[in-house]
Amino acid sequence: MADIRNYTLNFGPQHPAAHGVLRLVLEMDGEVVQRADPHIGLLHRATEKLAETRTWVQSVPYMDRLDYVSTMCNEHAYCLGVEKLLQIEVPERGKYIRTMFDEVTRILNHLLWIGCHALDVGAMTMALYTFREREDLMDAYEAVCGARLHAAYYRPGGVYRDLPDRMPQYRESTWTSAKKAKDLNDNRSGSLLDFLEDFTERFPKYHAEYHTLLTDNRIWKQRLVNVGIVSPERAMQLGFTGAMLRGSGIAWDLRKKQPYAAYDKVDFDVPVGVSGDSYDRYLVRMEEMLQSNRIIKQCIAWLRANPGPVITDNHKVAPPDRESMKSNMEELIHHFKLFTEGIHVPPGEAYAAIEHPKGEFGIYFISDGANKPYRMKIRAPGFAHLAAMDEMANGHMLADVVTIIGSQDVVFGEIDR
Amino acid sequence: MSAKLEALSQKMQDRFGDKIASSKLALGELTVEVAAADYREFMQALRDEPEFSFEELIDLCGVDYSTWGDGAWQGKRFAAVVHLLSIAHNVRLRVRVYADSDEFPAVDSVTALWTSANWFEREAFDLYGIAFVGHEDLRRILTDYGFIGHPFRKDFPISGHVEMRYDPDQGRVIYQPVTIEPRENTPRIVREDTYGDPSHG
Repeated sequence: MADIRNYTLNFGPQHPAAHGVLRLVLEMDGEVVQRADPHIGLLHRATEKLAETRTWVQSVPYMDRLDYVSTMCNEHAYCLGVEKLLQIEVPERGKYIRTMFDEVTRILNHLLWIGCHALDVGAMTMALYTFREREDLMDAYEAVCGARLHAAYYRPGGVYRDLPDRMPQYRESTWTSAKKAKDLNDNRSGSLLDFLEDFTERFPKYHAEYHTLLTDNRIWKQRLVNVGIVSPERAMQLGFTGAMLRGSGIAWDLRKKQPYAAYDKVDFDVPVGVSGDSYDRYLVRMEEMLQSNRIIKQCIAWLRANPGPVITDNHKVAPPDRESMKSNMEELIHHFKLFTEGIHVPPGEAYAAIEHPKGEFGIYFISDGANKPYRMKIRAPGFAHLAAMDEMANGHMLADVVTIIGSQDVVFGEIDR
Repeated sequence: MSAKLEALSQKMQDRFGDKIASSKLALGELTVEVAAADYREFMQALRDEPEFSFEELIDLCGVDYSTWGDGAWQGKRFAAVVHLLSIAHNVRLRVRVYADSDEFPAVDSVTALWTSANWFEREAFDLYGIAFVGHEDLRRILTDYGFIGHPFRKDFPISGHVEMRYDPDQGRVIYQPVTIEPRENTPRIVREDTYGDPSHG
């Protein structure tokens, strides 16, 4: 045997299982991890500093670039923060649209997570399945805001526009035959709500397929059960939120405990884990997708029955419509001031947090009364989760590090900001 | 929610008395300020005493107040702002502590109380240069290896001081002074108090 057994292993920053640009410096004893030191910041773009030089509305698209797999949720926290400072109310329909798209986003996020997580652990098929469903939901994104990923759909005061009456259609092309285009357009003939309703009908069946592939799969269980156990006490100490906290057995969900948008008016359950290992976190997130599906259904029913405004009529915050601008002097002035100077937010500070798919995503604003934030701090859930890497990986094998990264559901856009 | 916060505010007044430099309830959030000397002890009590039991440190960040309100700021320059969450009582609290010195800002570390403070304090140190006394591993976290300065301070330009490019002559990546001009499309304006009041018109 050699005398020296400890050695240092560099994992990343370019590693397919690192979910982005994570550099992990691992101190190994044989194949067992003694210490994990994540080096982050390779994707640091100083979003918080940039926001200090942009008006309040101009920073909304920056939010999409944080956690780029759950974009609308990031915008939601940002808008809630601005609305809190301005003390304005969002119209009821705007709240329901936000609730619905937050849940669409949650399913999108969890689908990407389970696909990639399974891929890392060795189950190739999952990624193919989940990306099939993501396609439908991204079409819904596209219909509502014109972009598939970076939505910029929410605005302080509501959402940018009402839900569209028609879906984008497939056209016949070199790749798509006339018949295939017709089949693809089959459930796209109605409005966005019809399309989403069709999806919510289909989704439980897809969800059952994921369970068949993974839940009782022997390899999947061998890789996940008892890996990265976190006790409830440690989970609170480590600043865990969201599915990471619920996986450890603490029933904490901001949608229930500190409701925002329309979450106090919809019915859903909060799944909670027992043992706090990677497998429990997997089960929690799987169940969350079904609950999101339930919420979307309720929102669709409400939105069908209740037309109305989707953004505040306060034209110091949201622009007036084009028509009144052309006939009304005051609206023209509002429009001009809003787009050249921006919103003026009263001095003060506010922290707004939402139940993001990854945990508690919070935005802390300090305003000095200018048309730009004085300080913006983004509280990213992944930042706290990744900080626990050392504790979670300690004593596990090298291959388990990949499982733990996957089960933390980290995205570097939000961690590095 | 606000009745809960008022009760909490009262409880804190009773327990800590004049150790609380200021306590403010606004926008449904409670903010308390404590002196740097009392900070560590104060946080310990908030975590351990059952009537507070703030089990989670949600966020900790640095703030540089030097240009607040276009020079209207009179107080100390650097502060650390902590957001605490009590899961048992379902209540949030914001604690602000100003660093005594503007030249060498330093605040006690709370990593021994909440493990999650570790990276948040490293970040505040990296971006604002606030030293956290008692932190065991106060390294830079977000900026590049070998970065000079604290980029989120208000006197640090948005475009930075150096840029990186590949130099074909030397056959390696080099740093050089930035070549881009700073540009501001929408100027920053602080209006009088009543301007743009959302409740007006």
